[in-house]
Amino acid sequence: MTGVPLSWYLILSALLFVLGVAGFLFRRNIITIFMSIELMLNAVNLSFISFSYQLKQVDGHLFTFFVMVVAAAESAVGLAIILTVFKNRNTLDVDEVNSMKN
Amino acid sequence: MDVILFLVFASIAVVCAVNVVVQTHPISSALSLIGVMGALAILYLLLGAEFIAMAQVIVYAGAIMVLFIFVIMLLNAGAEQRRGRSLAVQLVGVPGFFGLLALLAYAILRLFPNATNVHFGGFTKGTAQDIGRALFTKYLLAFEVTSLLILIAIVGAIVLARKELD
Repeated sequence: MTGVPLSWYLILSALLFVLGVAGFLFRRNIITIFMSIELMLNAVNLSFISFSYQLKQVDGHLFTFFVMVVAAAESAVGLAIILTVFKNRNTLDVDEVNSMKN
Repeated sequence: MDVILFLVFASIAVVCAVNVVVQTHPISSALSLIGVMGALAILYLLLGAEFIAMAQVIVYAGAIMVLFIFVIMLLNAGAEQRRGRSLAVQLVGVPGFFGLLALLAYAILRLFPNATNVHFGGFTKGTAQDIGRALFTKYLLAFEVTSLLILIAIVGAIVLARKELD
């Protein structure tokens, strides 16, 4: 009986999530930080689909579907915010956008 | 066959994800992220989630990433300039990365010692019919709330984007 153990999928998901966290913390370009968030959401989606396979239920697929919808809404609003920040500051560097400091 | 397909597409996903993090130009990151999403769609198919795989390709790789690339091109974003990393980042960041990964892997292996083996075709309830039936009965309230969320997001994006600033 061959087949991939389910834990491989979960470890792949963990690896992608940790890479997303690293990108979120280490990068300075606000668009790349936003893409790291999308990477983390994708990693969590893979976990949901794996659990759905393990439990033989379709609920995990529904959660993934809702995560996709929320990600679409989030990216629309987030990119609009990025456009506004760029219009005001003329930069995409998050270290330059610190007017809320102090 | 399952193992080969998993290993090929998992390695594509990991290589593209590393590329997302290390590339300095946002366009390279975005294209690598599309690679991650395509590889993940194949893995969803292997797990029996055919509807979600199609939605992944259409919504994520098709719509969201096109929006990203559109904004990158619109802003004419160049490469991020490199600055010297502080010593604390190097001392804490890299061990922290591997530490978090090891913690997650340990938790996964401890929590699921008797996880099932994944076969292609071992789970066939991920069709559009099953998703639709669950979506419009059990998750109907969540579905309606989602439509409200989308409406708010549309209004918010329009208000933010067309505000004239001086």
